[in-house]
Amino acid sequence: MKLQPSLGRWLVILGVLHGVIACAGFFAPYDPTSQDRKNPYLPPMRVHLVDAQGHLHSRPFVHPLRLREGTFDQYEEDIARADLLRFFSTGDRYRLFGFLPCRWHLFGVENTRAYLLGSDGYGRDQLSRLLYGTQVSLLAGLIGAGLTVLIGLCIGGVAGYYGGWRDDVLMRVTELFLALPWLYLLFALRAFLPLAVNPLEAFFLIVGVTGTVGWGRPARLVRGVVLSAKERDFVRAARGFGATDGYLFRRHILPETSSVLLTQAAILVPQFVLAEMTLSFLGLGVPEPVPSLGNLLSNLQQYSVLASYWWMYLPALTMVPFFLGYLGLASSLQERGEAYKIEKRDLGSVP
Amino acid sequence: MRNRRGKFLYRRMLPNLLQPLVVLLMTFFGCPAAASPQQESTSEELLVLPGGIGRPGGRLVVSLRAEPKTLNPVTSTDAPSRDVIGAMQADLVHINRATQLTEPAIAKSWEVSADGLRYTLRLRTGIKFSDGHPMDADDVLFTFRVYLDEKVHATQRDFLIVGGKPISVRKLDGYTLVFQLAKPYGAGERLFDGFYILPRHRLEKLYQDGKFDQAGTLTTTASDWAGLGPFRLKEYVAGQRLVLERNPYYWKADSKGNRLPYLGEIVFLFVPSADAQVLRFQSGETDVISRLSAENYAVLLRQQKGYAMADAGSGLEYNFLFFNLNDPTEKTSLEILGKQKWFRNVKFRQAVSAAVDREAIVRLVYQGRGAPLWGPVTPGNRRWVNASIAHPARSMDKARSLLKEAGFSWSNGPSGDSALIDPDGKAVDFSLLTSSSNADRAKMATLIQDDLKQLGMHAQVVPMEFRSLLDRVLQTKEYDACLLGLVSFDADPTADTNVWLSSGGTHLWNPSQAHPATPWEAEIDSLMERQLAAPSYEERKKLYDRVQEILTEEQPMIFLASPDILVGTKNLIGNFHPTALEPYVLWNVEQLFFRNGPENDRR
Repeated sequence: MKLQPSLGRWLVILGVLHGVIACAGFFAPYDPTSQDRKNPYLPPMRVHLVDAQGHLHSRPFVHPLRLREGTFDQYEEDIARADLLRFFSTGDRYRLFGFLPCRWHLFGVENTRAYLLGSDGYGRDQLSRLLYGTQVSLLAGLIGAGLTVLIGLCIGGVAGYYGGWRDDVLMRVTELFLALPWLYLLFALRAFLPLAVNPLEAFFLIVGVTGTVGWGRPARLVRGVVLSAKERDFVRAARGFGATDGYLFRRHILPETSSVLLTQAAILVPQFVLAEMTLSFLGLGVPEPVPSLGNLLSNLQQYSVLASYWWMYLPALTMVPFFLGYLGLASSLQERGEAYKIEKRDLGSVP
Repeated sequence: MRNRRGKFLYRRMLPNLLQPLVVLLMTFFGCPAAASPQQESTSEELLVLPGGIGRPGGRLVVSLRAEPKTLNPVTSTDAPSRDVIGAMQADLVHINRATQLTEPAIAKSWEVSADGLRYTLRLRTGIKFSDGHPMDADDVLFTFRVYLDEKVHATQRDFLIVGGKPISVRKLDGYTLVFQLAKPYGAGERLFDGFYILPRHRLEKLYQDGKFDQAGTLTTTASDWAGLGPFRLKEYVAGQRLVLERNPYYWKADSKGNRLPYLGEIVFLFVPSADAQVLRFQSGETDVISRLSAENYAVLLRQQKGYAMADAGSGLEYNFLFFNLNDPTEKTSLEILGKQKWFRNVKFRQAVSAAVDREAIVRLVYQGRGAPLWGPVTPGNRRWVNASIAHPARSMDKARSLLKEAGFSWSNGPSGDSALIDPDGKAVDFSLLTSSSNADRAKMATLIQDDLKQLGMHAQVVPMEFRSLLDRVLQTKEYDACLLGLVSFDADPTADTNVWLSSGGTHLWNPSQAHPATPWEAEIDSLMERQLAAPSYEERKKLYDRVQEILTEEQPMIFLASPDILVGTKNLIGNFHPTALEPYVLWNVEQLFFRNGPENDRR
């Protein structure tokens, strides 16, 4: 069986996107928590190639912004000064992939700070916060989805394969979990936890809770697939030849569930990213000053921000390509699954 | 956090001294009809106010953050109730919110005896409640009897207990009363502000039946309620609005002899969020707006049309950071005990104070519309602020050297940044509580967190629902540090007695102590008591200046900043003079009026 063209396309897109986010430290020009208190709510700076006199330059540059007299957040470009964008410059320390100490950044500006996507109310670079924030949210989504699929596979597999009372008990528990209002559950859980939760603990808390609560659907799907797979002729035949449960499960049944699981995973990642965003938006997620898409968006809860600073909306747009990618991937996976099934059935019917 | 009179009760009542008063009232209760004819004959003494002459009529629409809980002035505690009650009731002596000085109100004049213990108040004659019933000294006697009754649970009762004894009130004649105090009271006649005179003819029956708490609920109909304020109840629609109409019997007039108030109606709309209030004001649905955040003020300023915005200057709100300095009990966790070793060290607190960037707080949180604070009294309180308190600029070097003196050191943390280590080798980290509903304070907390990070301290900001926060600070005492704000209800230092006295319920860092825990708290206690009894402003000021100095020296609260009072109004409203004292815009509601204009003809 060969890879479908659309599937490959989606995988490449997602690969590139994830690559950028994984190297957030490199693409972000600054530390996401460093405050520049002289420049709150700075609008995005324009990158120029042509200066005020109309001369074309070979290297891009920015004009630093200065505060208009007597205002708090009205800036204008200081045309007299031009700062060149330097590519592959050194700047704030960070850890690439979380462990490699590094100082290289994609770009930087000497003397001033370049705010390509503006700054927030504390003068923190919005581009850097966006990249790091997406990293946090996406990681929460990926780990959460992985956890869910794993639990779903185990429970669905056991229920489907062994059947009987085990099936009954597990499926009732599954239904219970499907019916749980997880948002309220998390509110309740948060109330029991110690007062100060550091960002890392908060992160694993979110991942843990969303991951362990959402396994109901995948478990039911897996159970269905396993139920039909274990009655297949080749499975019966293998069992007749004395194959053990473990062997059967690994060799014949697990491969059957793979397409369902992958599709589920591709659908769940965006869902769990959204869950993280919801929680952080409500102040239950990763605390300040660590950025995540949810707490970046929570700035918009204030009318003044909503009405005055359009660049604060950008975190909402960031997720669009990711979600499109994942949903595209899910539908290609599903198509592949169908094609695979048909192929198999056709093969099976050949005398 | 709004600090209101006696919200946190802590004094217990001494033996009941109301016996003579009760006897007096019983005498009059026997013959209520006899009093009326005499009053009919007295001429009405109106209070003439200076100020712009207005045009009668019109309806003022104001938004309230929440529904008032009650119309009963004795038992109200919440801000929306106070706003509404303020427009419907009147007091004997009133503090002019603009001048911050006392003025005659229902009492047309008063005398203080030489020893400062006896106040003789003469009431305005011939004035009537909003239902047309005449008012006299018996109403005042009844009022104070109710306020002093422990069973009523009046929120302001504590203020009527001076020198450990309740004030005694007796009447000399139908319009003269004598208030006897056990000890001289520094704030003097300011005491009477906010004690609204109740209509005896409506409430006495309920009071005697022990059902006073049922008086003035929101289900009260307009015909069952009366007051001496400029407006009276007209209609209440649950969840939507409360409408007040002009009180035709109001006892104030303008200099041309027109009876006030000018406005025909006030409508209080219940608009739950600050942002929604801004939108309503912007769309022209409401006529005035107060308690604006700097950000919303800036939004309104930018898109100004048909309304004017005003910065009334620094108010009386002070925001501060404080540490848990409560005495350890068997319930105190080991973790908090360990952290209290740092908090109790005055050098540690001074270092935190030196590291806080107050200018940045004013600029980033209040967009420059506020004042940095180094002491508890805001620049808005002109009479009482201690001008000699130093305003040291933020200094990380000073903070570091203070910490070094206190035995702290720094080590290189795993991620390359330096961490502060206490003398026992423990890294300094603590949580910082803030109210989740207050965006300004949450922002301050994030700024302070970053300031302290530069000192190597790890502060974790914990936004929390306001009521659970108060519970932690005042009841369970399970917290490390907390960021709060208080609003003094009056410019006089008496307003904050509960905060500075070590026995006070709002002595936030260690509330309701039986004995002062430290020598400096004992000194503040004695200074506060002496200033309360001192006869002249100069003497009181000297003592209160010293209180401010001690607080700045010891830093039990690290004072941060005070926001300006930001308000807005439609262009067509006359006599609009916002003040730094509550209620910021409606304090002279009887004088507000709609100017002639095409927009106003429809009203």
